[in-house]
Amino acid sequence: MTSSRLSTGGRIDRSTVLKMTFDGRSIVGHPGDTLASALLANDENVIARSFKYHRARGIYTAGVEEPNALVQLRYGARTEPNTPATTVMAYEGLEAFGQNAWPNVRLDVGVVNQLLSPFMSAGFYYKTFVGPFKGTGFWMLCEKIIRQAAGMGRGVTLDDPDTYEKVNAFCDVLVIGSGPAGLSAALAAGRAGAKVILVEQDSTLGGSLLSAPVGGDGDAWLDKMKAELTAMDNVQILTRSTVFGAYEQNVYGVIERVWDHVLAPPAHQPRQRYWQIRTKQAVMATGAIERNMVFGGNDKPGVMLASAARTYVNRFAVLPGRRVVVATNNDSAYAAALDLANAGSSVTLVDARTQVPEKLLDSLKASGVKVLLGHGVLTAKGRGGVSAATVTTISPDGRATGTARHIPCDLLAVSGGWSPVVHLWSQRGNKPVFNSAKACFVPVNSAIETMKCAGASMAADGSVVAVAQGFSAGATAAIDVKAKNSSGDAPIAPKVSHGDDWGRDLLSINTITDDNGKTRGKAFIDLQHDIKQSDIDLAYREGYVSVEHLKRYTTTGMATDQGKLSNFNALSQMAMLQGVPISDVGTTVFRPPYTPIALGAIVGREHGTHFRPTRLTPLHDWHVNNGAIVSEAGAWMRPQYYPERGEGLREAYIREASHVRKHVGMIDVSTLGKIAVQGPDSAEFLNRVYVNGWKMLPVGRLRYGVMLREDGIVMDDGATARLGEHDYFMSTTTANAAKVLALGEHLLQTAWKDLKVHLTTITDQWAVIAVAGPKSRDLLGAVSSGADLSRDALPNNHFVHGEIAGVTVRIHRMSYSGELAYEVYIPSGFGHHVWDALISAGVPYNLCPYGTEAMGALRIEKGHVAGPELDGRTTMKDLGLEGLASGKKPFVGSVLRNRPVLIHQSRPCLVGLEIEGDQGAQAGSLLYLDTGPTEGHGEGWVSSATYSPALGKNIALSLLQNGPERLGETIRVVNFVGGTRQRAKVVSPHFFDPSGVRQND
Amino acid sequence: MLRIKCPICGLRDETEFTYGADAIVRRPDMDETNPQDWLNYVFYRDDPKGPHKEYWHHVQGCRQWLVLERNTLSHEIGACRLAREVPK
Ligand SMILES: [Zn+2]
Repeated sequence: MTSSRLSTGGRIDRSTVLKMTFDGRSIVGHPGDTLASALLANDENVIARSFKYHRARGIYTAGVEEPNALVQLRYGARTEPNTPATTVMAYEGLEAFGQNAWPNVRLDVGVVNQLLSPFMSAGFYYKTFVGPFKGTGFWMLCEKIIRQAAGMGRGVTLDDPDTYEKVNAFCDVLVIGSGPAGLSAALAAGRAGAKVILVEQDSTLGGSLLSAPVGGDGDAWLDKMKAELTAMDNVQILTRSTVFGAYEQNVYGVIERVWDHVLAPPAHQPRQRYWQIRTKQAVMATGAIERNMVFGGNDKPGVMLASAARTYVNRFAVLPGRRVVVATNNDSAYAAALDLANAGSSVTLVDARTQVPEKLLDSLKASGVKVLLGHGVLTAKGRGGVSAATVTTISPDGRATGTARHIPCDLLAVSGGWSPVVHLWSQRGNKPVFNSAKACFVPVNSAIETMKCAGASMAADGSVVAVAQGFSAGATAAIDVKAKNSSGDAPIAPKVSHGDDWGRDLLSINTITDDNGKTRGKAFIDLQHDIKQSDIDLAYREGYVSVEHLKRYTTTGMATDQGKLSNFNALSQMAMLQGVPISDVGTTVFRPPYTPIALGAIVGREHGTHFRPTRLTPLHDWHVNNGAIVSEAGAWMRPQYYPERGEGLREAYIREASHVRKHVGMIDVSTLGKIAVQGPDSAEFLNRVYVNGWKMLPVGRLRYGVMLREDGIVMDDGATARLGEHDYFMSTTTANAAKVLALGEHLLQTAWKDLKVHLTTITDQWAVIAVAGPKSRDLLGAVSSGADLSRDALPNNHFVHGEIAGVTVRIHRMSYSGELAYEVYIPSGFGHHVWDALISAGVPYNLCPYGTEAMGALRIEKGHVAGPELDGRTTMKDLGLEGLASGKKPFVGSVLRNRPVLIHQSRPCLVGLEIEGDQGAQAGSLLYLDTGPTEGHGEGWVSSATYSPALGKNIALSLLQNGPERLGETIRVVNFVGGTRQRAKVVSPHFFDPSGVRQND
Repeated sequence: MLRIKCPICGLRDETEFTYGADAIVRRPDMDETNPQDWLNYVFYRDDPKGPHKEYWHHVQGCRQWLVLERNTLSHEIGACRLAREVPK
């Protein structure tokens, strides 16, 4: 038994001892503990160091609102930084480390940051950008120190070893929260026969009831409710599950922490499950979060929310302090004072109010609690942790009116009122309204037809009202979804201790100051981001008055806790400074997620190759089995080269490209986009989308065409064959297939509705093999039958049907490599079969497969443009394709391509470069005058580069200002990334066989 | 997270669609030569806060272009029609 653990009580299983470590020290706990309760039970009081000032911080809360006790949980690839110890269930083997400290949280060198604190006030980071130190060495030094010292936990770069899954769920009524209101709502809806999902973020149902002493009426009530709910088949209960987001169409995002309460998930089990729940109605019973008060030293270890202190005593049987000062401005802290006193602490209760009901005072008197009315805590004293509270009489606005005196204590439990958890309601685009009697923002229950709010999230007047509200919300939701049965009578509310109506008689004081209205020492508003009251004051003086500006300038409320504790105090301070009611200041916008969620859970299984399908051609297996190195081209995997005997990429592609020009090669080009264009108006359609004319193309012919975007920029190019009267076969580049199809469909369905044309993607229906080289006609002639491939019968841009190895194929004569070449179109299922037949028949012709790298070298030698040139910025004129455009007809982009900026003289245009020296150029290099500075963006850039086996030179395609007029000029090629400079001669982009003798053979 | 009621396929998940921008703009006739008309069509858009009509493309379904009424403020979805059935 550890020192702070009470010998009896608590909702923990004492029969099992869990061994854990914190900062390498052993601690023990029991099932039912959180890491925070176990740390307190083991007298671990300093858990983390703060974000900016490295101040020692302890455990402040018992829930998701925790700003201070952030730990590095687990280790290795499962390391989780910034995890609130209050939300981690204890498990055997748990390892956690204190955060943001070196060497550790007890002895932290970074504490010197406190000395720098005058330089780290509101907006400090922005201020380093301007002023006298801007751009100086001093600034650089500050920047480095601040970046290193300020911060949270350390992230991991290792792959997440766990799996996650997604669930789509549907229900009639989603109930969020399982306190008295939520359970009552689920009961009403469940009894009526509605399909209910009840979601609770805690490990067990009960909400606020779990913080009451064990064995009370709340326990009996909870057992009865659980029994009735679990007996209903139409009610599904999710615990350890957080509704983090509320979205349009009544969709709710939920993360279920399936196996986070153990060391590692069991085999084949997901760590977390992401539920997308579509419901018809929702009941928000999310409760309320207690607020702290603002006074000097209110961040020290030993300062804690009063409700949290009560939770630790009652739920976890841990005594968080022996000598306790409870500071409050409302009734709720009386329950905490009473339960702490009954557990053995000596308690002084300091109430800002001067009038308190006798009944409350009487209950404390019997347990020996001393009460000081009209008092407040001005400062928390102590090094490392609280050792005393400075207490003084105060005025109704929180100013000291008397002499302060020290009350020794090791726990200072504070309650500054409560904030309803309105997040999910507000995420739907609604602004909560201010309830001045209870000093909090509440939802407007009628604002969302399909979402009802109940209980403490509506600032209900205690449990009796919460139960009534919850039951009514559940019953009404059931009627709204047309559930068949009656909800029956509402349950009688549990008798819980007095003080659960925190809103009654609350005195709205959040800050305790000296008689001049100044807080004493460091008084924090946002504990996690180290924002002091004085930072808010400074921001106000500097003109950051709007709450959204205040938030961003000071970063208050922007830490991982999203200001669950601090937002209200920041707003009320701003209201005070402006001299307006807090309702006029308003709240910032609430956005998902309510609490931090693991991205892995959102990703689910859709990562790596499951993120996007990998597309394989029908010939893929052959490539892999024959040693091809495959590379990604968009979603496709394509053979890049086929190395022989230890060849690298360079040797292989040079060999392959040379081979094509000498003998015959073949390459899998099945990835080309293919679209069937069919219907009586197909020719008109083609005539509009391509820049060149299509009306005269006869059946049996094909034609190269270029397409523009609507704005006049080149989009794509490719060949289209006319298979029949109303039947065209369009090919696109691999990359643009989807874009071309979508644009065509858009035009036909929105603007050209009168055209009778249908487009069908047939990319996957056809395998395509390009056969290129001087021997290609001989090879195809030998392997095929029924097709006359002779020069006269099948000139360029013609196609013919034939048969290869029993398969009917279509043979297009066209060349990309500049050699005599054909494209063989084969139904996909027979692609491999025909490829095999070609390989066998190719032996006497010295046939060799080649990859995309050699294809690239061949097309650069010919000056053909491809993806790097069609980069979404270039015009036809830039690329030397201007001559293709018809002047006789309008086409997509035909007007806007003539915008002045697109026809300007100085635009970079396509030229070739012959690189001097042995090294090739890098694509992306910039071009400069040979003599002159290499400054600015240069006069152009290298788009594609290769070694040309045909020329025996390193060559490149590039876009150069006034390029075609500069042939013969020597320019400088600078690669700033690789740090190389080269010289090159500007030449025509048609490096090899410019007159096309070879391809027309 | 939206679900869109495609007139062909029924209620389908947002992930099956791609967004196609403003459905209010009208493409000029093919023989229009005034650059301003084309600039208006290609570049100029209103950015309404509230009800709006947008093109959505059911790429993973029937591949029809749809005109969907959507409130840009509340994300509320109204009628969904085939673009080809929406009068010019
Ligand atoms: Zn559809």
